[in-house]
Amino acid sequence: MSTLKHIIYNCRQATLLIEKRQFKKLSFREFVELRIHLVGCSVCTLYNKQSKVIHQMVQQLFHDSMKAEGVHLDEGFKKELQYLIDEELNKN
Amino acid sequence: MATENQFLNPRLWVAAHADYLYGYTLSRLNDEEQAKDLVQETFLAALQKIDKFEGKSSERTWLTAILKNKIIDVYRKKSSGLKPADLKQAEDEQHDFFEEDNGHWSRAYQPQPFGIEDHDPLAGKEFNSILQKCMQKLPALWMAVFTMKHLDDATTDIICSELKVTQANFWVIIHRAKLNLRACLQKNWV
Repeated sequence: MSTLKHIIYNCRQATLLIEKRQFKKLSFREFVELRIHLVGCSVCTLYNKQSKVIHQMVQQLFHDSMKAEGVHLDEGFKKELQYLIDEELNKN
Repeated sequence: MATENQFLNPRLWVAAHADYLYGYTLSRLNDEEQAKDLVQETFLAALQKIDKFEGKSSERTWLTAILKNKIIDVYRKKSSGLKPADLKQAEDEQHDFFEEDNGHWSRAYQPQPFGIEDHDPLAGKEFNSILQKCMQKLPALWMAVFTMKHLDDATTDIICSELKVTQANFWVIIHRAKLNLRACLQKNWV
């Protein structure tokens, strides 16, 4: 009971669980602890909301950079690369 | 389009994949010179093991796998040596965000609403640049852990063994990284 009480009032632990949950399923105990904490803690509820949005934004940012529009190697460097590859192939 | 038998066309690699591989690297390392080097190293390494290509994946997937290992090497190099200091810093900063004795938010770091709560995350271009700047402030090891988890959805086990981090520290790092990102965004987003 004392550990349960501990988490219910512990924002450090609650925010850790909020982060963990975005990547993996929490254990039943963790899930319940977090739910109880969030019911009573408006600051962590706000944190939870912001954290999820940031998570989405980070995902989106990485995803966008993968589409790599506007990300181009300069032509000079590409020519060098092409030259290196051709050289290597001609060796054989 | 041939999907079953894949062939390698090294002479077309630059035209077909160089920009893609460069973008892939930049999104993970954010260092243009290093990204160029890695693209070059990837092509050269690929040429060396051309005979090992079994045609089971596409040319691009195969090249990307080679590149990915090189990026992980960079993460590893960057984070080794930094680690004790990083974790020390992590522990120190913990006291900034939360009260030491009871784990409550410390007054100075309590999250405040700052306009992203109901914001469409897909809308804000300016937000992305702030986000990127905030991410660059993270210590190398955190950034490596954070990036690997987000980008490749690598399993925790793999990340921990690649970067030599314990499971417990892994979640501490993810937690710290996010607390810092959130605080940085609140500070810089007006």
